[in-house]
Amino acid sequence: MKRNVNIKSMKYEDFNDNEYIEQMLKELNENGANVIVGCLDSVIEWGRSNSLWPLTFATSCCGIEFMAIGAARYDFARFGFEVARASPRQADFIMVAGTITYKMAPVLKRLYDQMADPKYVVATGGCAISGGPFKKSYHVVCGVDKILPVDVYIPGCPPRPEAMLYGLMQLQRKVKAQKFLGGINRGISEKEYEKLMTADINRANAKDDYDESGLA
Amino acid sequence: MRYNMENNSIKDRIMAAEPSAQWSDAGDGMLTVPVQAFRKVAETLKEGEGFDFLRSLTGADWGDEGLGCVYHIENTSTGENIVLRTLDPDRDNAALPSVHDLWKGADLNEREAYDYLGIKFIGHPDLRRLYLRDDWKGYPLRKDYDPSWNGIPEDNEETNDAALSYEVTKDGSFILKRHPLFEDDEYVINIGPQHPATHGVLRFRVSLEGEIIRKLDVHCGYIHRGIEKMCESMTYPQTLGLTDRLDYLGAMQNRHALCMCIEKAMGLEVSDRIQYIRTIMDELQRIDSHLLFASCLAQDMGALEVFFLGFRDREKVLDILEQTTGGRLIQTYNTIGGVQADIHPDFVRKTKEYISYMRPKLKEYHEIFTGNVIARTRLVGTGVLSREDAISFGATGGTGRASGWACDVRKRHPYGVYDKVDFKEITFTEGDCFARYMVRMKEIEESMNIIEQLIDNIPEGEYQMKVRPLIKLPEGNWYSAVEGSRGEFGVYLESRGDKSPYRLKFRSTGLPLVSCIDTITRGAKIADLIAIGGTLDYVVPDIDR
Repeated sequence: MKRNVNIKSMKYEDFNDNEYIEQMLKELNENGANVIVGCLDSVIEWGRSNSLWPLTFATSCCGIEFMAIGAARYDFARFGFEVARASPRQADFIMVAGTITYKMAPVLKRLYDQMADPKYVVATGGCAISGGPFKKSYHVVCGVDKILPVDVYIPGCPPRPEAMLYGLMQLQRKVKAQKFLGGINRGISEKEYEKLMTADINRANAKDDYDESGLA
Repeated sequence: MRYNMENNSIKDRIMAAEPSAQWSDAGDGMLTVPVQAFRKVAETLKEGEGFDFLRSLTGADWGDEGLGCVYHIENTSTGENIVLRTLDPDRDNAALPSVHDLWKGADLNEREAYDYLGIKFIGHPDLRRLYLRDDWKGYPLRKDYDPSWNGIPEDNEETNDAALSYEVTKDGSFILKRHPLFEDDEYVINIGPQHPATHGVLRFRVSLEGEIIRKLDVHCGYIHRGIEKMCESMTYPQTLGLTDRLDYLGAMQNRHALCMCIEKAMGLEVSDRIQYIRTIMDELQRIDSHLLFASCLAQDMGALEVFFLGFRDREKVLDILEQTTGGRLIQTYNTIGGVQADIHPDFVRKTKEYISYMRPKLKEYHEIFTGNVIARTRLVGTGVLSREDAISFGATGGTGRASGWACDVRKRHPYGVYDKVDFKEITFTEGDCFARYMVRMKEIEESMNIIEQLIDNIPEGEYQMKVRPLIKLPEGNWYSAVEGSRGEFGVYLESRGDKSPYRLKFRSTGLPLVSCIDTITRGAKIADLIAIGGTLDYVVPDIDR
């Protein structure tokens, strides 16, 4: 028996970029979902999407606007984002707020690797999307999607707080359209995932001179 | 030793004592001193003449002439200024004498010049790269640098614990010496680059004994965007956009400094209306920045309520700025020879309303935070920076004034309409965290006083002078400074007559602040580092540029 999944959110028409969520839903519905698992899933996704915790991560200007949406006027607590975590292990998504430079790139990668699955990346501002005004620089990563898989892009330099909230709500809708149970939405099979994980762990272990005192 | 006092100006005195020095008149004028004589001239300037403040140190690549540095030095008691230049024609082995022992602020600045250009500073005790990774190939600010030499690194940076120093042997070759930064038995912890209390991506390595800080090593460069190099291939109006993104809490002021510098080079006088608007905008920006300072400091120390108060009041400033400029945080408002748009019809009314709203609100901060016993215990007496050190490091802004150094550019080198308004320069003598906090809280009031004196008297006139879209500056070099939200923000511009600058250097307000952090945290508790960092009020993208 199949159960069709819908986009559950605020008004559908209020959002402009619905195509990719539609695409995700199409895949989901084609693959089918069990009634019990599907219902359980939608409860879990409802809870997950309303308690997405960001990592306190900011490199430059966008970080100040990120603080502004945490403060009273824009107040992202209304959507469940208010528990900003300073540790990547407790965070659900990383908001790449600001320019990523060559020196910062491995650090950012490491932060992402330290986060627990399921995890999301929001590229905030021109710099994180494409390098922005610093595209021609010798030390700037032109787009954070060169090193991390990005879920939502929020354009602007820096984006207005309203734009950030819009982007974060898009992330919520994406989370709601995913499946927590079953792993159909993962893109790769469970076995492949396991294989990649083991390879990753082995590589970390192989480094004998691995220095714990290094980057946090 | 002092130079012969019969000659009035410092330039003549140096030239009389050192005949090999050459004066060039282009722009502000500068004195080229041969590299052999430079150390002696520097020593005399510092020890004999009392030139105790190194405003700016700029490394530059002059092509076939060689590699070298430009030093802007000021005598803080007489206000005299001199610009020195020295260079080494040997590009492969460029070496200059280090002046880190004369001006402590030269320490990180020389590391910057080494990082950018590969100039070896003889006698510098710790000549590591400042911004780029140790495995970086080439020196990016050299004119022959090729960006394809370096790609996105995949591996984490290896922490190198050896400080490098160069010595010259008699036959002219260099000896490279390595000194350990930390001993093997020292307990070193790492803070940052991803740490909420470092206010951005700054990294400290701290040697501890129990809770007491023994030594602190600053790592910069995690947000180094190479703005100065990018400016060299941009036209003058294009370079303006990048200044806003240096110290984004002083976006107006930074852009004001660059516009002023270019206007000075063009010989363009802007109308009174523009001067008034720019000055008012600078002060609004200062209020915005200082409110954010109080918010973040309080938040770092656990008083979350002040964070909300600060942002509540800050948003109202941003509303005023946004109405006229269209931008909240980054306004891109000043242009060469004017401002983007005339002030909004509601600007005057809203600004006045804001001031009458803000004055009583400041009491709330004092009731909740300033008088709080926990805040007092943590701020009073911690992180003391002496006046001598503040000058020597070049720690300007609220930090310098908290140590008793009257370093306000608005008073020292008035620009805009600051010479027409009556305002107090807030100084304290304690030099501790609490003084640094109080300076900024009182400066909010002063900023409001300044705005009140100006807001009703904005003269009529044009808001944008007639300027051609393609600007070519004459040959020469110029330096302009404004009082940014956290200190002297300077622009050094060297032109060769092209439509883009030959060398554009921004005097970072934050770099001197992080260079003094090692000195003032020694002996403090590790928890005090948060209060000290918070009250120094640096913005990391401004340090790294």
